[in-house]
This record gives sequence, structure tokens and C-alpha cells, in this order.
Amino acid sequence: MRDVIIIGAGVIGCSIARELAKRELDVLVLERKDDVATGGCTKANTAIVHAGYDAKPGTKKAYYNVRGNPMFDQLAADLEFPFIRNTSLVVAFEGDDLQGLYDLFTRGVKNGVPDMQIIDETTLRKLEPNIGTKARAALRLGTGGIVCPYEMTIALAENAVENGVEFRLLTQVESVRPEDGHWVVKLASGEELKTRIVVNAAGMYSDVFNNMISSHKFEILPRRGEYYMVDKTFKDAFNATIFQLPTDKGKGILVSRTVDGTVLLGPTANDIDDKEDTRTTAAGLAEVLEHASMTWNNIPTRNFIGTFAGIRPRPSNGDFWVGEPDDAPNFFNAAGIESPGLTSAPAIAEDIAKWITERLNAKMKENFNPKRKAIPKFRELSNEERAELIAKDPAYGRIVCRCETVTEGEIREAIRRPLGARNLDAVKRRTRAGMGRCQAGFCTPRVVAILCDELGLDPTEVTKFGGESALLTGRIGNRKED
Amino acid sequence: MERILTCIGCPMGCQLTVTLDEDGNFVSVTGYTCKVGKEYAPNEIANPRRMVTSVLLVPGSDTPLSVKTAQPISKGLIFECLKEIRKAKVTLPVRIGDVIVPNVCGTGIDVVATRNLE
Amino acid sequence: MREIDVLIIGGGPAGLAAAVAAKKAGIDNLLILEREEHLGGILRQCIHNGFGLQAFGEELTGPEYAQRYIDMVEELKIPYQCETMVLSVSNDKVVTSINPKEGLQQFKAKAIVLAMGCRERPRGALGIPGWRCAGIFSAGTAQRFVNLEGYMPGKKVVILGSGDIGLIMARRMTFEGCEVKACVELMPFSSGLKRNIVQCLDDYNIPLLLNHTVVDIHGKDRVTGVTIAEVDRQTKKPIPGTEQYIECDTLLLSVGLIPENELSVGAGVSLARSTQGPVVDETYQTNVEGIFAAGNVLHVHDLVDFVSEEAARAGEAAAKFVKGSIAKKSDGVPVEEGFGVNGIVPQIIHPELLTEPVKFMFRPRDVYKGARICVDIDGEEVLRGKPHMIMAPGEMASLSVDPELFKKKGDIGKVTVRLEVRA
Repeated sequence: MRDVIIIGAGVIGCSIARELAKRELDVLVLERKDDVATGGCTKANTAIVHAGYDAKPGTKKAYYNVRGNPMFDQLAADLEFPFIRNTSLVVAFEGDDLQGLYDLFTRGVKNGVPDMQIIDETTLRKLEPNIGTKARAALRLGTGGIVCPYEMTIALAENAVENGVEFRLLTQVESVRPEDGHWVVKLASGEELKTRIVVNAAGMYSDVFNNMISSHKFEILPRRGEYYMVDKTFKDAFNATIFQLPTDKGKGILVSRTVDGTVLLGPTANDIDDKEDTRTTAAGLAEVLEHASMTWNNIPTRNFIGTFAGIRPRPSNGDFWVGEPDDAPNFFNAAGIESPGLTSAPAIAEDIAKWITERLNAKMKENFNPKRKAIPKFRELSNEERAELIAKDPAYGRIVCRCETVTEGEIREAIRRPLGARNLDAVKRRTRAGMGRCQAGFCTPRVVAILCDELGLDPTEVTKFGGESALLTGRIGNRKED
Repeated sequence: MERILTCIGCPMGCQLTVTLDEDGNFVSVTGYTCKVGKEYAPNEIANPRRMVTSVLLVPGSDTPLSVKTAQPISKGLIFECLKEIRKAKVTLPVRIGDVIVPNVCGTGIDVVATRNLE
Repeated sequence: MREIDVLIIGGGPAGLAAAVAAKKAGIDNLLILEREEHLGGILRQCIHNGFGLQAFGEELTGPEYAQRYIDMVEELKIPYQCETMVLSVSNDKVVTSINPKEGLQQFKAKAIVLAMGCRERPRGALGIPGWRCAGIFSAGTAQRFVNLEGYMPGKKVVILGSGDIGLIMARRMTFEGCEVKACVELMPFSSGLKRNIVQCLDDYNIPLLLNHTVVDIHGKDRVTGVTIAEVDRQTKKPIPGTEQYIECDTLLLSVGLIPENELSVGAGVSLARSTQGPVVDETYQTNVEGIFAAGNVLHVHDLVDFVSEEAARAGEAAAKFVKGSIAKKSDGVPVEEGFGVNGIVPQIIHPELLTEPVKFMFRPRDVYKGARICVDIDGEEVLRGKPHMIMAPGEMASLSVDPELFKKKGDIGKVTVRLEVRA
């Protein structure tokens, strides 16, 4: 009998896992994909730590957003994932109703958002010399920030594992049912696991599990967002994350630098039918450009390095489901977590862990280690540090990803760690190899060779992201007719 | 009957109109602007030839061996030639110019190595 | 910090030729830094023939051409380090590099030749919509897998872009037993050599679809097909209703080469917009004193023979610079791109310093029949070349100009190179 089974290893599941790791509890995380942070929107979102003015006052979204935001500094320092409090600006353009800014301000006050100011055009242009010519005023949020959502999730997971949490990847949950005062979690393989507590952090499929066990039902309605990514040449184009006034479907299209120095344009907001349809579309990408060009008049289209799409797990009632349904004791939802879910994750995790601790009367661990060391980022080290690293391990003396200056040492480390990379995209998320200007054109053959060497794979077994995504179809010369 | 060919002698790429008899033999050509095209047409009709380049795996070497036909061979034999290359047994070391497949497809032309392998 | 007279970044055809030239011009304290395990650069994976006709009077394959220069480097005992990646070049010519054996090394160079070559434009840069699945490769990456690693990237192939790499891979994949369904080209003309269209597409009945592009990629985990569409000749936007689905498991992209100038920019070297390579003068020196550039890093070439020729001149100039025999530079005279001319190199000349003919190289903006290359000095025509039967963007054009032409003009404001097209 486990103490806790968490369904889903996205940012929510991993945040909860790491919080629970502080307690003397037997915790198991089940993830249907072959890596954390890859089953849903954790790896494909705008990567913003929101100030919290946007959510409707009184909602869980508002509450957890504002509570979660200030938790990022300590968390990022302890777990060594990149986080920058670069501030946010909601910009009103010519033709917009400036009242919109004041409404957001008022909402922010109601939500308890600190450090907000309405600024005029002159001040705005001083802060952001590249802002579009039609910008007229802005709401400045001092607490707005940017983060790397998948690095954060990987860091949380690694720290949870180090502190005793078990993860089972490629493990799909088929059903959950109550039995004799505990829960039975049935896997797609047929195996059944018994647990005292279930945490539903299943993202796009969190409705499926809730609706199996509670009469308070909801639906997850996929809403896709598409993005363009601009290369690092333009990392200083904008300092703050630039929003436009929100629409009824969301926060609108942003222009934001990322912690890596690239710039994101997007997302759109299109309701779709298929929870797995992460395709980009001509119409969606065109919409991104159309709206983003208000913020950034001369978008450098020659410097695009990529496009992607993420799907928001939008809950049908419009708000997070966090807590125990009154008709399903010991089942805890952390469900329907769309934006501002990333920002809310640390706070949601705190509450879920607190409730579970009380329920199970769990003790705090004495030897919990809150710190996790990141894989060294060669590109950020000084020459002295680099020389030292290479002397310890010559693999750090070999550059594999030329665009992002990623060494063989980092890639091997990414594969060797607990919950290590098993495919190209997993290596990419942990090291940035393949995320640069040439989009893995140069490094792919080398990363394939390293994966084969570390994992004993044949090159034809290496995949882009697991499943049927193999890269190579065979050896040269192997012909049936010979 | 007539056939249209593109001369590959220079970047001009003149469109040649070739007249053939009922057996498909070359009769005459128009459309060339220099003697390269004039000579290319009958050769291309009667016996088009191509250089063939390929690679094959060599035991003991991570890098495949790249090879070429020493001279252009008859276009119709390209795939037979590739088959013979695939079947070749090569041992290290290999030097540029080493014969990998002698007299490929009976053409009198050898397939030779174009890379040094240790 | 080791001091090097001429440091060459890149051991491909440009770097090798520059090194040989610098050594022959009397420089012994030379060093080539190459990031791969072997010298030879991109030629190692270009196993097809077509190289060397100009340089050696023979038709060689890529590896053979590279070996000629590697043999020269060995004979001349030119020092080189492989598996060595240059991390940065400072404005005062300090080169920082790493490799597994020597670790981090810094060199103070008197002269540097930039010979880093170019990279391929990826799918992401074009923003082709659809799934981001496995099976999408740039043509060069596929070429590396097939020719240097010995693995096949797929079985049923569509190629986007009719540049030479795409055409060569069409034939290569066919030779390896694949079905190459089509080569899809956005423009009304191919950007590759005409002979490659014949030898790589026509010979194997692979259709070339001009004025088309890929508008959607299908297949969640691995490519299952692409949708192509015809494009408007002016706007290049897909024409609704012209969509066609082509079943395939592999999409190869041959959609442009971009000179690799991140190191150059870090050193303060100015780039030209039309080439995306450094602005250089007639000696291939950049705006940073003592830093020279040659080969694909300067502008993307079609024939490696011209890379070697250009790099040799840059290597000689670097040697002269070290010996102090390049006279102090004035600002020089700008060379402008007139009608029909794109990516002119060099972009600056010093009329008073010219001792040998200046070889201008550029790409025609369109396909022209019977065009002449003309040179103007301050708007006045001073040279009217003979007509070229055909000029196309896929074939780099060149013109050698006698230095006397510039010297006799006194003070020059600007030089323009342009095409004169038959009315």
C-alpha cells in the first residue's frame, strides 16, 4: 500500500512530488510518457511567472497565482533553474480603451498584487525603446517574471527522486476506483496499485480521472496556442514581458524574451477537438505575426528559428480544481491547471502537501535536502571554470551543439541522471542542444551517437521523442534484392 | 520521331531537339549554340554515360568508404554497378585509387576508392 | 598565451588553402583549428564528383579534393588541431578554443583567417506549419548520416528546395534504394547547377515542381506525408485550391545556406546584409585589422575551386599583413550593387594599393540571357564586359578588373558593378 500516488509528471505533479518529498511518505509518480514535462503543456507555454492581475478575483486562479509568484526566487535558487524577474507590461495601444488598464489595476488590487503602476507613454518608451509606435500607456507589474518551465520541472523531479520519491515513466493509468477505504489505481498494463491517497495532476486528462470518482464533473477543453521563436540576436529587443490588453479568450499575444535570450511571440487561443493536436497552422502563425507587430513594429522574420504550439488544459468551469471532492475522500485534484498554472504550481503543491500531511499525520523528514545541482552550463562558465571542468572530464572539452555551446559532458550527464534523457528532445530540454539557430542540423548525428553509447542503443532505435518517432530507418546497403 | 534534351556541357543548358529514326537512332539535332551541344546529342542518344559515386560499409571502420567509377559508365548499368559496389568485400587499410570493384559490370572500368581509411 | 602569426579558423577547403598559401608566402608560425575529428570540412561528406576541374584540371569527388589539400598541409608540415572548437575571437585577435586533450587554449594571433563555412536554414526558420515530427532533415544532415555514418534517414522522400545539396541528395537517396517523390522549388527556376537537374532529377524521373512549396507536414510521431501548393509568382504565397498531398516518410530541406559568422560578429567584424558575410576589401581583410575571411563564411560559393582560389589570396594577404607589407589602409572606396547584382564581394577597394586585378564575385538576381557585366566609377561607365549567354542566381558570376582602370581615375567616390540586359 503506497501512501500517495500522483498521476502526471508535469510541472504540477512534480511540484507536488517535491513538496511531499519533505515528508516521511511513500510517494509514487506515474507518467504515461517516457520523460517528465513532456505529456502536456508544461513544455510548450509562454514561460511567464504572472503577476496575477488577470485572473478573476475570488477564483483559485487568482489566489494561487498571487501566492505562487513570490515563491519562485527561493525555489529557483535551491533547485538551480533559470528564473528572472524581468517585470511585465500590459500595453494599451492607440484605439484601445485605456479604461482596460485601470480595470486590470483594480483587479490586481483585489487579488493582492503588489508593485503595480500605470505609466504614461514617455515612461514606457524610456523603459522599452523598441515598443510599437502606437503604444500609448501601460500597466507595469514589478513582480512579473520569466522561467524555464521544463527545466524547472526536471529540477523538481530530480530533487524529489533524490529525496526518496519514486517515478514510473511509460506508465499509463487506465482507471481509479475506491476500495475498502483506499484507492486502487489500475494501469493500462493491467497491474493494480493500492494507495491511501491519489493526486490527480493529469493535465489534459485530469477530467477523465475526476469524473470516474466524483459526481462533481468537469471537462477539459483543449485550447491551442501557437508561437514563433526569434533567435538570440534580439535578446535585448524588449526588457519586460510585453502583453496587450486581454481578450475574452485569454491574455492575448505577448512578446517576451525567454531566460535563454530567445524571444517568444504568441500565443493564439484556438479551441480544438483533439487533446493531442499540437500542430502549428498557417492561420495561427499569421495571427501571431499580425498581433505581435503592434507591439514590435519590425519583427525580424529573417531571424525566426522555430515555431511551436502548446495546448491549454482549459477546465469547463473556468477555474482550477484544487482539493478533495466532497464525495471522494483522499482523492486530491490539482486539475484544470491552465494559465496561470505555472506560476501557481509552488503554491498548489504547498496546499496539497499540507492537506495530505494532515490527513495521514505524516512527519517532516529530518534529512530532506532542498538543494539540487543543475547540469553545468558550459556556455555560462568563465574560462577558468571551463578549464577546470575539462581537466576533470575531457568530455566537457568537446562541443556537440555549436549554436548553443553545449558540450559532450553536459549531454552525457543529462542521460546519466535519475530520470535522465532517453531521446533527442529529452537531451534538448536538459541541455539546449538542438535549440539554436541551426535547429539541431549540426548536432543531431553527434547526439545520436552519444545516446547509443550511453544507453546501448542501435542508431535506428534513437527517437526524437519516444513512441514511433525514430530518426533513422536502417543501415546503408541493406537491400532485399541483394 | 523527336526528343528534347538539355545539354549539360555548360550552364547555358541549351534545349536540343533531336531527330531519331524509327529504330531510335540519332539522325540530326537542332538548338545547340556551340560544338559541345552538337557532340553531346548523338552520344547522349546512342550511349549516355554517367559517373557513379556511392559509399559502402567496411568492417572495422565507422566511416563508410566512398567510391567512384574511374570513368563514366553506361547510364543503363548504374543500378547494376551500385549492386556490385554493395557486394564488394573490402579490408582496411584503403587508399584513394585502390580498386574496389575491377571491371564493373564488364565495362572495363574499375570502381575505385576516393577516401583513405585506416 | 601562445602567439601565432597566422591563425586559421576552420580546416575545410577554405582554411586548408589559406594555410598552404600563407606557408608558401613564408609564414611558419601557423595554426589551423578544426572542430571535426578530421580535416576536410564539408567535402568529407560530398562523395559525388564535380570538384577540381578548375583547380587541378581533373574531376574529383569531395573527399579526393580535400585529400589533395590535406596532403599539402602534411607535406608543408603546417600545424593543426582537430576536435578543437573556437569559442570566441576578440577584437584584439585573442582566440579562445577548447578540445578534450589540451583543454581551454588561448592564442594571440597577429592575423586571423575566418574560414568557418556556413550552416543550413532549418524548417523552423521558414515556419512551415504542421506536425513537428521525426523525419524532417536538412539535406546536409541527411547527407552526413548517409555518407559519413552509413545510416538511412528514410525511405520515401520529398525534397524542398532545388539547390545543389537537395539535387545531389535526390540522386543519393535514389541510389540507396529510396523513392524520391518530388523536388519542390519555390522559385520559377532552380537554384542549382543545370547539369545537376539532368543528372540528379531527370535521369531518375524525379519531378521538379517549380513555383511550389510545402504548406503542411503530416504525421504525429514520424512524417507520413506533406501537402504542397503552387505559389503566386509575385507574393510567393500559396494559391488556395492548388494543394496536393504527397505520401512520404522523409522531408529533406535544401532551403538556403547561411554563413556562420557568430565568431566574426563577436570580434567586431561588420557583416554585409546581402551576403550575411563580412565586409572585405580586395585583400579579403575585414574592418578589423588583421582579420581576413574566405570561403563560404564570406559568401556562399557553388564551386569549391573558387573557394580555394579566394582562400589562397586571403592566406597570402594574411602573410603579407604579418610581415608588415600591406600598406596602412585608408577607408577605401565602397563597391555598390547595381542592377541585377546581389552579394558583391569585395565590398571595398583601395585603388591606390591595387597591384593585381580585382576579382569581383556576385550572384545575379534573376535569370538573364545575353547580359553584360559593367563597372561604373562615380556613375560613369568604365568597363562594359562581353555578353554572357546565360546568368542565373544559382551560378556565381565573376569579373576580373585591371587595377589600372581604378588608378587612372584619381579620387574615386564609389564603384558600382551592375548588369546591362538586352532590351
